[in-house]
Amino acid sequence: MTLPEYNFAYLDEQTKRMIRRAILKGIAIPGYQVPFASREMPMPYGWGTGGVQVTAAILGPDDVLKVIDQGADDTTNAVSIRAFFAKTANVATTTKTADATVIQTRHRIPEAPLSAGQVIVYQVPIPEPLRFLEPRETETRVMHGLEEYGLIHVKLYEDIAQHGHIATTYAYPVKVEDRYVMDPSPIPKFDNPKMNGSPALQLFGAGREKRIYALPPFTHVVSLDFEDHPFQVQKFKQPCALCNATGVYLDEVVTDDRGGRMYVCSDTDHCETRRQDGHHGTGLPIAGQETVKEDAA
Amino acid sequence: MTSPILSVRDLERRYGDFIGCTDISFDVWPGEVVAIVGESGSGKTTLLNCISGRLERSSGSIQYHMRDGRFPDLADLSEAERRFLMRTDWGFVHQNPADGLRMRVSAGANVGERLMAIGDRHYGEIRDTATEWLGRVEIAGDRIDDKPVAFSGGMRQRLQIARNLVTRPRLIFMDEPTGGLDVSVQARVLDLLRGLVSDLGLAVVIVTHDLAVARLLSQRMIVMKNGRIVETGLTDRVLDDPHHPYTQLLVASILES
Ligand SMILES: Nc1ncnc2c1ncn2[C@@H]1O[C@H](COP(=O)(O)OP(=O)(O)OP(=O)(O)O)[C@@H](O)[C@H]1O
Ligand SMILES: [Mg+2]
Ligand SMILES: [Zn+2]
Repeated sequence: MTLPEYNFAYLDEQTKRMIRRAILKGIAIPGYQVPFASREMPMPYGWGTGGVQVTAAILGPDDVLKVIDQGADDTTNAVSIRAFFAKTANVATTTKTADATVIQTRHRIPEAPLSAGQVIVYQVPIPEPLRFLEPRETETRVMHGLEEYGLIHVKLYEDIAQHGHIATTYAYPVKVEDRYVMDPSPIPKFDNPKMNGSPALQLFGAGREKRIYALPPFTHVVSLDFEDHPFQVQKFKQPCALCNATGVYLDEVVTDDRGGRMYVCSDTDHCETRRQDGHHGTGLPIAGQETVKEDAA
Repeated sequence: MTSPILSVRDLERRYGDFIGCTDISFDVWPGEVVAIVGESGSGKTTLLNCISGRLERSSGSIQYHMRDGRFPDLADLSEAERRFLMRTDWGFVHQNPADGLRMRVSAGANVGERLMAIGDRHYGEIRDTATEWLGRVEIAGDRIDDKPVAFSGGMRQRLQIARNLVTRPRLIFMDEPTGGLDVSVQARVLDLLRGLVSDLGLAVVIVTHDLAVARLLSQRMIVMKNGRIVETGLTDRVLDDPHHPYTQLLVASILES
């Protein structure tokens, strides 16, 4: 069997140049959505074809790639994208945030602070933060152009009116360098402060919507809010049940069919690293299962 | 001596070869209500949309007296200035409230939108102002979190009015504001409009084919036919003593029915 011939990182050089031009424009105008001629990728749109194209355009042979999906390196989506680039670009891959030069992500920013020289590529389903209230693309373009962003606050107002607080927890809108309002992709708002002033280059790719945008290192990123309802990140009452970490984003994991649950780091690499370093939580799953068995007996 | 708030000269709008309106000149003075009347297809909406900056004109001038004293042609304003004017100093009340409201957000947000658009960032204050304006258009405060889809036609129209007035505009454009309403609720909306217009000292240009509406609200009338003004004058004079044969016909047809 002969394998089909691919160019390095799947896309042909001309397409990569086109995408790089869009990326450079995005970097020059932080938070501005740059249209690009999105290509068909050998995977469905929901799989982050925008992020994959950005990654393909910036990847070099010496890069070390990490791919996460909701913080985990081992979901089908993350594993497939990692395997895709291992095969088409023959690049080294890693699950360690600190070791990666390029991190493609869906829905999270790693807990370990990113550093200068790293690039994080976000997979974006809907790049337009104004779309919720203004479906007309012609109109949203003018709104961005003229900095007419009252509508974003209409949405936040609705949140408070309905829930008593700003209930938007994902894709929480930000203002970039006091100019463009940007959708940070469906990361939890917990991660929003990590975007601000990050030494890493942050790139956003929306495949179906054909948009690329960027935050160059050390960009000022502010989460929008009201004076009397200031932006706040999610807080967790308990530390990670596995590694005892606090101040990290936790996922709820159901541990049995009787409503038992525990909260663990959504960033699996962060959690594993901490456990290797000797940290222990209170609810290690094995102990938990034994308890359940004893109760049932 | 005061000057007009809006001054229209030799305005024309064509749709291809077809004339939507032409040879239109008139002034609107601060605090004055001007009604544009005429049969269907006479060019009322075309004219209103041109002077409110919603439709491009083919030729002519439209000058607006800005708060800072300037009197520029609307075409000489930047798009940003024009849009700012539209959501601060001006209002536009559509015949169909759904065209002027955000049907999927609450009444409070509908009224608060303009405040947020001009930079208000205090939720409590925005809500207080919205509550006050809902009261002024006779919508109970406990409906503030309801969406307009849950409102009757009359309530929607009153909400649209509140949404326009919250920034204390000086000039309001209205296209058949009661045209889509049941006769039984028209009177209430008209009463409310009349009260607000005089309380706030608003200048209004209102398009209507209903001469009773023109009589109730306006001081001055412009009668249009085939895209042209055929008669203008004080509303009472035009209705009681129409000069142009077309106006006479229009008035007579109302009296007969
Ligand atoms: N977009 C358009 N393209 C071509 N012709 C148009 C367009 N809009 C309006 N017209 C024509 O221009 C004329 C004036 O229309 P306009 O809508 O201004 O009338 P109107 O007085 O508001 O009528 P109505 O009372 O029915 O609302 C009509 O003959 C109409 O068919
Ligand atoms: Mg009309
Ligand atoms: Zn952990």
